[in-house]
Amino acid sequence: MSKDKTLTFAFMEPPFESARGTTVFRIVSEAVRSGFDVNVFAYEGAVMMSFARQQQHANAVHGRDIVEENHPLPKDWVAALLAEAAAKNIKLDWANCGLCVDERGAGEAIPGVRRGTPADLWKMAAESANTLVVGTH
Amino acid sequence: MKVLQVVSSAYRATFEEQDDTVLWLTQAMKNAGGDLDVLLTGNTVNYAVVGQDASGLKFGQWKQTQPPRIEEDLSRMISKGIAVIAVADDLIDRGLGDSALIEGVRRVHRGDVARVMSNYDQVWRW
Repeated sequence: MSKDKTLTFAFMEPPFESARGTTVFRIVSEAVRSGFDVNVFAYEGAVMMSFARQQQHANAVHGRDIVEENHPLPKDWVAALLAEAAAKNIKLDWANCGLCVDERGAGEAIPGVRRGTPADLWKMAAESANTLVVGTH
Repeated sequence: MKVLQVVSSAYRATFEEQDDTVLWLTQAMKNAGGDLDVLLTGNTVNYAVVGQDASGLKFGQWKQTQPPRIEEDLSRMISKGIAVIAVADDLIDRGLGDSALIEGVRRVHRGDVARVMSNYDQVWRW
């Protein structure tokens, strides 16, 4: 893994709250599609992005049942990005801040997501061409 | 590698987390061998002011026994070699230009922020 082909992203945004989360996924997706090795450090509310118990629901206002609604779940986006990276034989290391997981009771992450620490973020950044952080505001 | 942590969102979850989450992350990475400094901008310049007291949060019988102590956090960071810099113009804009700041906090004028950033390999704006 070369440093100039590796990017790190750290973000805090929880799912279903703002456009920032989707934007982070768009950028990570583009990095994976472009062949970069990618590190993601999910901090604070962002650890919920990969929470395995997210569930789809029907939407009466939309007039659609659960299948028709096909409600987007960020855990599926994480899984899709992990699968795309694996298929391209590039690295996507998705780490959730462990203490942030604990305080939210969010230990059940989807397969492929690991528990991490701030030391992991520092190591990720040191091995990357650059780092983009996206905080909540 | 040297990183500048730019903190612009003030008092983000400070009661729930008992600290500022980016200042905490900075200290944790410093303890893991990282080399980081902090730039306080916008409302976060208030973190640098002496005499903060966030104690007293109480809901029913529940009382917070360990409130956030931003002032102590910043002093500890400075003692560990993390430079803490506040944008002077943001202090003045908030009527804090003449306020006593925590010992060791440096002021920088807004026009010099880009020069400060040029001293770092990466700049992370939270």
